Amino acid sequence: MSETITTDAVIIGAGPCGLFAVFELGLLDIKAHVIDILDRPGGQCAELYPEKPIYDIPALPIVTGQELTARLLDQSKPFHPEYHFNQMVTELKKRDSGFEIKTDGGLVFHSKVVVVAAGGGSFQPKKPPIPGIDAYEGTSVFYSVKKIDSLSGKDVLIVGGGDSALDWTLNLQPVAKSLTLLHRRDDFRAAPDSVRKMRELVAGGNMQFKLGQVTGLKGEAGVLSAATVKGNDGAIFDIACNAMLPFFGLTMKLGPVADWGLNLHENLIPVDTAMFQSSEPGIFAIGDINTYPGKLKLILSGFHEAALMAQQAFHIKNPGERLLFQYTTSSSSLQKKLGVA
Amino acid sequence: MAKITFILHNGTEQAVNGTPGMSVMETAIKNMVPGIDADCGGACACATCHVYVEPEWTEKTGARSSMEEDMLDFAFDVRPESRLSCQIKVTDAIDGLRVKVPEKQF
Repeated sequence: MSETITTDAVIIGAGPCGLFAVFELGLLDIKAHVIDILDRPGGQCAELYPEKPIYDIPALPIVTGQELTARLLDQSKPFHPEYHFNQMVTELKKRDSGFEIKTDGGLVFHSKVVVVAAGGGSFQPKKPPIPGIDAYEGTSVFYSVKKIDSLSGKDVLIVGGGDSALDWTLNLQPVAKSLTLLHRRDDFRAAPDSVRKMRELVAGGNMQFKLGQVTGLKGEAGVLSAATVKGNDGAIFDIACNAMLPFFGLTMKLGPVADWGLNLHENLIPVDTAMFQSSEPGIFAIGDINTYPGKLKLILSGFHEAALMAQQAFHIKNPGERLLFQYTTSSSSLQKKLGVA
Repeated sequence: MAKITFILHNGTEQAVNGTPGMSVMETAIKNMVPGIDADCGGACACATCHVYVEPEWTEKTGARSSMEEDMLDFAFDVRPESRLSCQIKVTDAIDGLRVKVPEKQF
């Protein structure tokens, strides 16, 4: 187990609101660590619409999700936030002072305040609704690969046509006993180089590529023996395999947020509109994950929420201290923090 | 106004009025049609507004764009009549449209 990271604030979620919270907290000298389940910052902007334009960010008539993320990262850089990607927060509990946060990657944080900026929850792999698939999950059906060795010597079936499917095809082909890639069409939404390498492996007889969609699974006691496939010509056939990896992208699930003992309303965290605090003092919720009368799920609302949240976070970090309201335009102390004075 | 009928997985039908200019997905969300999730809000980025267009309507609803074709890779049980409902625009020409909602947007 790793040693505990002690900090002022833990921000759960590195989407636009979480990133802007770093900035607002930073202005008030509140140091933040940011945790996200994805492998990169941006949240929905990175995962759902990196290339798509957003038209309602004040003063940016048009900006892509990717660009907005890059700008927010840049804006919060003076505050040296620390990012922890590929980590899902599994536990959040109260300590004598502040909170303890644990992740599925074994990280432990002690923090005075927690900012839940988790958007629609956590992005998790989509599980195809193939009848009976539950019985094989974790034993023969895997949505991610933690250790390549665990699949060595197996007859592996990979389903999908995106980068994950292609990357794992190339990574697992050398260690698997046999490997079949199944996709619904002969086009891929993946890096052309990966597709070329895959086709070379097929041409060399080192793996198989089949067209179709899985309709059923065969096996016993959690051990898969074959997947039943409907080919694009309508023919039904079996592909023998004892490991199957479906890659159908990610979907948002509320996830462990529900287990943190916070009041929830229709999977959202109710907050007040002065501090954006949850039912637990010291735990704030900003952005799409919160709810209050009149709430609009807009990035700009999340920015406003971050600013007000930071004011209250200051009072939790510095009890009894007066907070002097200042503008970045005129305050030399703020400008010093921003590294521009 | 264009009448759009959603045939739910359990066989029940829900007929709603669509406003030209909106998408079939937006029409479904506005009328709380169950089974259309639309996680991404209509950006053709999530494949959770998947529907099956009834055969007699496929010509009027047109062909999938290449972006839509890509996104359908993330849907389940994709058929020739599969579409993402955020990519079908409501027009007077589709008055009477019938689409089936899959068992689950997963």
